[in-house]
Amino acid sequence: MDLLLQYCINGLMLGMMYALVAVGFTLFFGVLDVIVFSHGDTVMIGSFAGLATYWWLHAFYPALALGWVALLVLMAAAVTVAFLGVIVADTMIVPLRKGPALNTLLATMMLGTVLRESIRLFFPDGSNPQTFPALLPGWSWSSGNLTLRFDNLVLFCGGVLIIFLIHMIINRTRLGMAIRAVAQDEEAARIMGVNYRFVVLATFALGSVVAAFAGVMNGLYYSEINFGVGLLLGAIGFSSAVIGGLGNIYGAILGGFIFALLQTLGAVAVPFASAYKDVFAFGAVIVLMAWRPTGLIAELSSQRV
Amino acid sequence: MNPSIFRKSLLVCCFALFLAFSGAGLQPAEAKTTVKVGYIGPLTGGNSSIGLGARNAAELAIMERNKNPGGEYAFELVSLDDECKPNIGVQSATKMAADKSIFGAVTHYCSAVALGTVDVYHRFGLPVIIYGAVHPDITYAHNYPEVLRIIGTLINQNQVASKFMLSQGYKRFAVIHDTTDYGKSHKEFFTKYITEGGAKVLAEFGVTADQQDFTVELTKIKSLNPEVIWFAGLYPQGVRIRAQMEKLGINAQFQGVSGLKSDAFITGIGPELAEGCLSFLEGSPLEKLPKGEEFMKAYTARDFKNAPDAMAPFSYVAMSQIMDAVEKVGPDRKKIAQTLRAIKGEDTLIGKVSYDDHGQNSEPYVSKYVVQDGKWLVWEDSEYASGKRNLKK
Repeated sequence: MDLLLQYCINGLMLGMMYALVAVGFTLFFGVLDVIVFSHGDTVMIGSFAGLATYWWLHAFYPALALGWVALLVLMAAAVTVAFLGVIVADTMIVPLRKGPALNTLLATMMLGTVLRESIRLFFPDGSNPQTFPALLPGWSWSSGNLTLRFDNLVLFCGGVLIIFLIHMIINRTRLGMAIRAVAQDEEAARIMGVNYRFVVLATFALGSVVAAFAGVMNGLYYSEINFGVGLLLGAIGFSSAVIGGLGNIYGAILGGFIFALLQTLGAVAVPFASAYKDVFAFGAVIVLMAWRPTGLIAELSSQRV
Repeated sequence: MNPSIFRKSLLVCCFALFLAFSGAGLQPAEAKTTVKVGYIGPLTGGNSSIGLGARNAAELAIMERNKNPGGEYAFELVSLDDECKPNIGVQSATKMAADKSIFGAVTHYCSAVALGTVDVYHRFGLPVIIYGAVHPDITYAHNYPEVLRIIGTLINQNQVASKFMLSQGYKRFAVIHDTTDYGKSHKEFFTKYITEGGAKVLAEFGVTADQQDFTVELTKIKSLNPEVIWFAGLYPQGVRIRAQMEKLGINAQFQGVSGLKSDAFITGIGPELAEGCLSFLEGSPLEKLPKGEEFMKAYTARDFKNAPDAMAPFSYVAMSQIMDAVEKVGPDRKKIAQTLRAIKGEDTLIGKVSYDDHGQNSEPYVSKYVVQDGKWLVWEDSEYASGKRNLKK
């Protein structure tokens, strides 16, 4: 029983991380009809920005309380990545929008490689795994096979909070209304006086901030980050967004948790080696796609984003 | 004898004598014939520090030999890069083996490269001594008379590792391995030897080389309560597994293979979590070798740009053996290969060397390492061996 509970906790943590990545994919697709393949690497940049901030704080303000450090690390990561997202959107994605969708796809894929290799080459000792500091208290409670950790709880609640905030921004603010308007019909939105460029950039900033949180969460959860983490994370986040229904935020969240469940199931329940868990999970995605080509929560144009 | 044939052969003899004398007359009497020998290893890329160290050691052996007034031959080094990539390695090997003026070579650090090139050496008949690649199939999958290996195989490594773990009283192992040839063949031999020694393998998990999350595997392992978690793979994943063990509250001994022994493992995980982790690596550190100090002195005196590393002594000895063989039987690839194969119990820098019927050095050296205070130490020098600190039980 406690074993089952532990699997559930692991799966939920993993699912939260995937969901946060998937939300970015789905936001960008909803608003601009583009798939930004570098999003996984944006997450990785978020964790490295967080680590660099920690090093800087540690060197100049060693006496700072851990809580403040954690907050500053998170904020620095969010600002860096939001800035990166805005630049990418303004210089690559909006200009390429008039061309075939394939161009954007290719360009963002290349951008992902550029980001990845830049960290590997220019970050100090970037080709090797880096220790991510434990910024949250390491309190834990064990019983049998079950270990509950305080930091996991904080991270999970943080994830829930982020999702709730996105929900509020999209549904309860003027910006959210503008985002929804652009998602539904770009031209009509422009005619109605929506500042198109601002909305697009704001969407990218929003999606990137979520990615930054996912990156810092990734670092805190695994205590280790490396330059290559974005590649698979991007593939998984994209698949999650697609199973949920690309363009629908709640679908992306659902998709993230489903993917984590599939991976965990693949490793626990499939009798042969756990080496095949990704084969199992991605195979299941193919089956799901065949069954529901538009995703589990199918996108209605009126409910977009 | 027919007189005309007699006359012809006399003429030929005279001509040959004339050639021989005129040749000798052109050069000063003490000049040696120059013989080319080769080196192939990773000179660029991520493994280049090892490849360059070994190349320098081979060069050192040649310089010392050429300085020595005795002997009939002077040696010249031809060195090529394999980049630790099989396709490049095969190109370099073909280039070297096809050059008939090269009579022997010291080659390869990476198993994947050596597995691909041994066929080339066999086809062209170039005698080689592999100095750093450890996959068993490099010598044991065939019986090419030209291919020898001075370093031990990962079979030896796992014999030593399993014997050591059993002697420490460990009986219950959980096994994680990456699904490359490296991880799989390590798993095959390690599990074989520890189960023969009476220990139990509670579970085996294959993981892919880019896997990030190990919580599922580790949760399963935790419920089986092993004494040791053994991981066959490279250090980046070693870092993740060790970190996630801690997160899940698993208090087992962590043991790796040669791929774990990197300083990047300790910096990646931090000295606290790395403390007490075990690894096993072919070869001894220089300062532990019987004549290591002398070698180190000669090496530093030469002003090489790169430091030697664990593989340099192997390359040095292998090159010396090839030159010995040339001195003994002359520049003849076939005879050199035979001479090398016949080496039994030779005393060298790295200790005794004997080649078995597959050309494998059957007197391997495997060192045990443990992390103590953020550094990899040879087991015998650590406070763990002296009983001051204890491994996890």
